[in-house]
Parts: sequence; C-alpha cells; structure tokens
Amino acid sequence: MRILLVEDDPQAASYLVKGLKEQGMTVDHVADGREGLFRATAGGYDVIILDRMLPGLDGLSILKAVRAAGDNTPVLVLSALSDVDARVEGLRAGGDDYLTKPFAFAELMARVEALGRRARAEKPLTTLVVADLELDLTARVVKRAGKTIDLKPKEFSLLEYFMRHAGQVVTRTMLLERVWDYAFDPQTNVIDVHVSRLRGKIDKDFEKPLLHTVRGAGYMLRDPAEAP
Amino acid sequence: MWYVALFAISTTVVFGFIWWAAVTFMLRQTDEIIESEVWSLAEQYDERGLAALSMQISSRQRSEASRSNIYLLVDRDFHYLAGNMRQWPRSIVPKGYPEWDTIPVTAEDDPRPLEARVQVVTLMGKVHLLVGRELSDVLRARSIMARAMATGIFFTVIMGLIWGNVMSLKLLGRLEQVNRASREIMGGSMDRRIPLSGSGDEFDRLAGNLNDMLDRIGELLATVRQVSDNIAHDLRSPLTRLRSRLELALLEQPDAASQRQAIEEAITQAESIIATFNALLTIAQAESAAARGGFEDLDLSVIVRDAAELYEPLAEDKSIALTVGVDEGLAVRGNRHLLSQAVANLLDNAVKYTPAGGTIQVGAVANPEGSFLSVADTGPGIPEEERENVLRRFYRLDQSRGTPGSGLGLSLVAAVARLHGARLTLSDNVPSPLSLPDLPGLSGLKVCLIFPAWERSRPPA
Repeated sequence: MRILLVEDDPQAASYLVKGLKEQGMTVDHVADGREGLFRATAGGYDVIILDRMLPGLDGLSILKAVRAAGDNTPVLVLSALSDVDARVEGLRAGGDDYLTKPFAFAELMARVEALGRRARAEKPLTTLVVADLELDLTARVVKRAGKTIDLKPKEFSLLEYFMRHAGQVVTRTMLLERVWDYAFDPQTNVIDVHVSRLRGKIDKDFEKPLLHTVRGAGYMLRDPAEAP
Repeated sequence: MWYVALFAISTTVVFGFIWWAAVTFMLRQTDEIIESEVWSLAEQYDERGLAALSMQISSRQRSEASRSNIYLLVDRDFHYLAGNMRQWPRSIVPKGYPEWDTIPVTAEDDPRPLEARVQVVTLMGKVHLLVGRELSDVLRARSIMARAMATGIFFTVIMGLIWGNVMSLKLLGRLEQVNRASREIMGGSMDRRIPLSGSGDEFDRLAGNLNDMLDRIGELLATVRQVSDNIAHDLRSPLTRLRSRLELALLEQPDAASQRQAIEEAITQAESIIATFNALLTIAQAESAAARGGFEDLDLSVIVRDAAELYEPLAEDKSIALTVGVDEGLAVRGNRHLLSQAVANLLDNAVKYTPAGGTIQVGAVANPEGSFLSVADTGPGIPEEERENVLRRFYRLDQSRGTPGSGLGLSLVAAVARLHGARLTLSDNVPSPLSLPDLPGLSGLKVCLIFPAWERSRPPA
C-alpha cells in the first residue's frame, strides 16, 4: 500500500515511517504543508496521513483543497486537538478518520489498513462472507454452516463491521467509534465483553474460530485457513 | 449638535402652533361677531323694512358694545343710506350672496392706516349692506404674542442647552468612573470591584453586571489554577513511577525478556497517564462555557438507552441485573458526546462498585421540571459527608483506592451537569430494590441528573 505522510514533527515522522515500512507499506514523507498538497494532488496514494498542525498550509486547508479537486483518496487526520468539536471539524472537512495524539502505533496501523481496504472495495455488497459465515445485509440474517444465528441489533452491527474489515486488525476504539458512535474511551473492558458474547454466538459451537484476539491491538475476524 | 438643532426646531414648532391657534381663534371670533350682526340686521329689514334698518344701524353706531363695528348701507346705485362709513369701497362688487373681504380703512380720529374685516350682502336685491370690524386690536395682540413666543423659544432653548450639558457631563462622569475602575481592575487588582452609587439607576446596574462578570472571571481563574495544581500533583506520581521503572530497567541491565517486559509495563503506565490526561481535558472542556456553542437538540432517551446497552453485557457478566426504564422522546439541549460520556461514567461506576447479585436501575423520565435521569445501584454507596468530595478531581474514597480508575468519573459528570444547567444529586438508593438484610452497609448509590425543560425548536436529531 502506498502511503503519503504529511507530518512536520521529525521524531513522530521517523517513528511512523519506520513502523509503516516494517508493516510492508511504501511511505512518502513530507514535512511541509504546501509540499503535502502538491504531492497529494499528484495522486497515486492509497491512504494519506495528514497532520493538522503544519507549517505553511494547515492540514484542514490541504484536506479541503484535495477534496475540492475531486480526489477521494482516504485521509486519516492526526491531531493533538482532542475535543469532539475538533474531531467533527476534521471529518466534515473531508477526512475519513481522525486520530488524536498520542496514539498507539497499532491503532494507527489498524485504521490505515481499514481505510486502504475501503478504497479498493467499491462495489456495494448485499452479503458479506468469511469462511462459512454469511451475513445478509438486506434480510439482516446471519448464518454459519447453513445454521441461522440469532443476533441482537447491536451484535449484528458489530459483526457487520468485523466482516467488512475481515483480515484486518480492528481496535476497541474503532469499534466504539464506528459501531456505537462514541468518541471517548471507557476505561473498563466494556467492548471486550460485547466481543466475547459475539464470539459465543458465532464461534463457540463451530469448528473453526473466526474471531481472534490480537494482543496489544484489538481483534480480527479471519478465516484461519486463509493466508493472512 | 444635532440634538440641539432638533430641540430648537421642536420648541419653535410647539410655540408656533400655540401662537397660530390663538391668532386663528381671535380672527374667527371677529368673523362670528360680524356674521351675527349681519343676520340680525337682515332680519330687521325683512320684518320691518328699510326705515327700521336705518334706525337700527344708527342706534348700533351709538352703542358702546358695537363701537369697533363698521356699518354701511347703500342703495342699488351705491348711494349712502346709513352707517359710519362714508363710501362703498370700490374694490368690492356685491354679487348678492354674503361675501367676506378684508379692506383698508381710516378712522376719523386716527391718521394711521388700519384694516377691517367685512362681510357684504345684498338684501332682497334692493340694498347693499356692509358690516365689519376693525382689526387693530387683533393685530396688536398677534404681534405681542409673537414676541412672547419668540422670547419663550429663546429661553427654552438656552435652558435646554444648559441643562443638557449639565446632565451629559454628569453621565459622562459616571461612565468615566466605571471606565476608570474597570481599567484599574484589569490592570492588576482583580479583587476590587466597581463602586455603585447606591441610586439603583442604570449605571448601578451596569456596574453590578460588570462586577458579576469579574466574579465569574475570578472563578474561572481559580479553576485554571486548580486544574494546573491538580495536573501537577496527580500526574506527577504516575510519571515518576514510569520514569523510575525505566531507569531501573536501564540500571539492572537484565536480559532481553525482562527488558521487553519493563518496556511493556512502561507503555501501559504511559497509556494510563494519557487516559487521565484526556479525561482532564474533557472535564476542562465541559467546564468552559465555550462547549455550549456546540449545543443541539437531543433525545435523552436514545442517549441513555444506548449507554445502558453498551454496559449491559458487562453487567450480565458480573451477575448484576441491569434494568432500564426510559420514557420516549425526552428532549434536552446539549452536547451529545459529553452527555453520552457522563451517562457512561455513571454506569461504569455502578458496574464497578456493585457486587455480584446486585441491581442497577437506569431511569429517564419526564418530570414537571424537565427530564429526570437516574442511575441507582446496590453497591456500598457514598457516605453523606463525602458526597461533595467525590465530585472533585482525582478524589477516591479510601475504600476505593486500589480499584482501577482515575477518580475523574464523577467530576466529569458534575462538569457536564453544570454545563447543561442540570442539577446533580447523590443520595442513598432507598428504598432499596432488593431486601438486603444480609448485606449491611450497602445503602447503594443513586445519582440523579435533573435537566431543565427546554423549548423544543425542532424534533431531536
């Protein structure tokens, strides 16, 4: 995956570049806003990671300019501004995701992958399939190995999110933001219990476990038989 | 300056009108006198003929009451028949019906040229009658009044200018007093306040409002100081622990596995510090009135139900019964994220502190005051004397020290409550939903948030 990183803090930048490269991504790094806009509009990136506070041209202005040029490349906005209004502002300016500093690298990775995948899968699906697990979006029915599984509405949304990001790391914060629309971190393991309940329904009585815990990051829905 | 001009113009108009009204009245009176004379003389002629009329005119001339009247009776060819005027005025051509005119006359004993108001009429087509009244009295009265009015206008304007200046100087003085006091206060002596004159007038009200604002600024400054103090005090310990742990790892030069473990522990501690920091920031945000700018119409029912739904599996895992009783469509105006977080914090606390087998009741109902939100548990509760303390940042009850958590949950709830104008109450959860004779000391905790009723401008989002 080709990533454009627009970040002026040299320490943060070198850390991110190193981490992303280790995950097998190609990274172009620029430290200046105007240069970032230039590179972004040149195109060819799968995901743009954009810091908000930049010298020259601030991150949101770049974002708006990119969107105004008709470019729909997914953008992950990084910012030290954590209040919800700043978050809403960032998303409204055209950002696809918003991450506040400081963040765990695993969190960034999970989100970058999620964004990269989304851009590629363009056609709308009516059914999501992972191994023998089927989720029918229109009928709102879940089946595994032909057997119907009864899920509560939130459990359905949770499974839908996992399946849309099958094979990717999904962090607790991502789940909280996307499935529950909450922008805070409840210190307790509230999400874990929801996931383990879901696991109980879709994995327990079946042969292959699909919902895995990724230590230090979150969860992943994956067919263990497939190569990661 | 414009006000002076306007004032002068208004005064002139008023006085001018009075003068005009008086003059008009006098002139009209004159006309009425003439008119009634003409009528009565015409009647005489009708009833008793020419001779009687002539005699009437002569007697009128002699009487005191009619001394300023002018009479002239002439025949069809304008020859003199009766009256105190010698000759028919050439300018008047009688047309038969009564007509009004104003003509120059001279009195016998007075060389000055005078004016008279006259009415002429032709009686039965045979004789022309002219009755009038000389106007010098009226005209004199008119000019006397005009002079009086002019003097009046002059003095009124002068007085207005003087008193206007006095008043504006006084007002400016009061304003300058307020300005000066404000500058001094903002210059450094933040404890001072603007003095009031005690008269309760608009300036006192202004000073009162400014003083209230200064009080608020003082409060906010105190809050900022306290936040800095809190941050300094309460983040120092975990930061110190973090540093020590890493230093120790360096000193010990242990094997790679232990080093790895030390680093992982350090990361965990760092994350806990970050979480505390984020919570503090959110509280500070909730405490700043700026958050009110992002307010929108919300459905409290949805917020409460969503939060309860989030915590339900956790409660179930701990064998705690979670019941939710929420009315539909409770409208509240506020910040969705902060409210959600506040409710989540309450639920978080309830689940954390309620022992297995306990109950948590979540309620949101409409109330005459507005909307009533409550989270009640069957945990140890909070003793009455501690209820104010627990709302402070980082405060943990002695029995809670050691349980995970930053001690910021309730202070966030308090800040969010204040931001939304809601009343926050902490009480024992009595009557207890379960009979717990075997578990003494568990009075439970009931946290209530009472939101004021808001006018719904549009259906909640």
